[in-house]
Amino acid sequence: MLARRCDQAMLEITNLRVTLPTVRGPGAALRDVGFSLAPGRTLGLIGESGSGKSMLALALMGLLPTGARTSGSIRFKGQELLGAREADLCRLRGNRIGMVFQEPMTTLNPLHRVGDQVAEPLRLHQGMTQSAARAHASRLLDRVRLPDAAGTLRAYPHQLSGGQRQRVTIAMALACAPDLLIADEPTTALDVTTQREILALIKDLVRETGMALLMISHDLDAMSRVAEHVMVMYGGTVVESGPLASVFARLAHPYTRGLFAARPRWPHDRLGGRRQPLQTIPGRVPELADMPAGCPFSNRCAWTIQACLSQAPPVVDVGPAHGARCVRLTEPGFLR
Amino acid sequence: MSALARARRHPGFLAGALLVACLIGVAALSFVWTPYPTSEMDIPHKLAAASAAHWLGTDSLGRDIASLLIVGARNSIAVGIIAVGIGVSFGVGLGLLAAARRGAVEELIMRLSDFTFAFPALLSAIMLTAVYGPGLAISIVAIGIFNVPVFARITRAAALGVWSREYVLAARACGQGAWSISWHHVLPNILPVLIVQATIQFAVAILAEAALSYLGLGTQPPQPSWGRMLNEAQQMLFQAPWLAIYPGVAIALAVLGLNLMGDGLRDLLDPRLSRQR
Repeated sequence: MLARRCDQAMLEITNLRVTLPTVRGPGAALRDVGFSLAPGRTLGLIGESGSGKSMLALALMGLLPTGARTSGSIRFKGQELLGAREADLCRLRGNRIGMVFQEPMTTLNPLHRVGDQVAEPLRLHQGMTQSAARAHASRLLDRVRLPDAAGTLRAYPHQLSGGQRQRVTIAMALACAPDLLIADEPTTALDVTTQREILALIKDLVRETGMALLMISHDLDAMSRVAEHVMVMYGGTVVESGPLASVFARLAHPYTRGLFAARPRWPHDRLGGRRQPLQTIPGRVPELADMPAGCPFSNRCAWTIQACLSQAPPVVDVGPAHGARCVRLTEPGFLR
Repeated sequence: MSALARARRHPGFLAGALLVACLIGVAALSFVWTPYPTSEMDIPHKLAAASAAHWLGTDSLGRDIASLLIVGARNSIAVGIIAVGIGVSFGVGLGLLAAARRGAVEELIMRLSDFTFAFPALLSAIMLTAVYGPGLAISIVAIGIFNVPVFARITRAAALGVWSREYVLAARACGQGAWSISWHHVLPNILPVLIVQATIQFAVAILAEAALSYLGLGTQPPQPSWGRMLNEAQQMLFQAPWLAIYPGVAIALAVLGLNLMGDGLRDLLDPRLSRQR
């Protein structure tokens, strides 16, 4: 829909809708999401907590919580993932699709050595023996630039730092050379220096292996280092999508504009004695059951008009391969 | 502080471990040596008080009480191990299955557990022995059956907690199936809970076996049993009170030791206390 359609698209999502049971009835966590991803491309999903980005990753992997209902289509290399059998999905997970999670502290089992955990997907999907898997795991740890691969293999997770643990989880995700890597907030739990290193590592690995990358983050700076194409999500829908440079430059959708304005800026006018107050988007993301009809952002947007409340906004082209869902973009002169 | 050092400083655990070690030691000793053979009856010297010849005295048939207690320990331990073994093998398996499958399977397993719980264990054991005849084997099976829902419930509760952890999600994201996750990730993480429960159920099994033997439904003569010794002592209570005191104290010390050890293990295996940074 918003992204280009390629004939050799590796991942194609059409009209994806995910409904979760909430205390107050079913709520749509994802609505009418559609995009495609070609091999070797990187796509970033931007949004705050509750925008549905992690739900999208879980839906791709078939790891939605029990009770979730899905409709639409997710085609990975021609195979339909929605409604596929668990055994078929298990063959894909960790094998053709790898996933890196946010919290390196809790993603590794504290009771097993790191080497065993990295070797697990190799033994599972490629039938390697214990020793072959361990040797391969050592090479993987070298690849993610861990200094002492042999020592790290024998270590337990609590003996490693956060950055080291995240490198280990990246090694696990890459073990079987997947076609698609999903990174769900891979650097959010790390300090700034380590963030830069991990992002550089991810970028280099993507370039070396030619795999596709779906990067999820609320950190605009992290996104700018890695993604070529971005989608901004809010309230379970994609509100803007386009090449990163174009999206970050034009800031077409009011929500994207608000996100950029909300970044803290170091006060540059110290002598004046006045610091810039932190800009915010007023209000908060509505609960799933309270999502406004029409545009989901309508109750927080500074430019809402009557048309925003009554129907879902259409996709408006604001540049090459760049579109945004805002009815006001059809007005000439609305964009700065 | 290492685990062993903390264990050494926990008085309850030490006391319990000591008592349990004595119990096991005595039971092991029974295979090798007892002061007198348990079947040897010395009628002229029946109901004797403690002396140099008989350290704890003799019972109404002239049998040496110390020997009876030592061999009785063997029975108690056997009941404990086998009954808890039955409970663990079936109960943990069912609990893991319930936590992994959820839905209808989980409901079925939990309702069956509730059903089994609803029957008072001792009465049901009596019912079983009434149908199949009394004996050690039947009483072990009966006690074992009632251990299964205990372990099924506690395993399911603990396993559900582990299933919601992030590393299980990460394992699923690597393509591991439910059985593999239950075996590699869930079970090692719930072991502390199971170990503590097993220790406690061991004590319960010893008490249950003693109760069944007291009623004449457990170990049959001439096999020695602490519970049956209590029954025989009942008739002699005013003539020879020590007949009741010795087996009673033996049972109490065994149960106390196991409970102290179980409580101590619960404290020592608590993950919050073992954080050492």
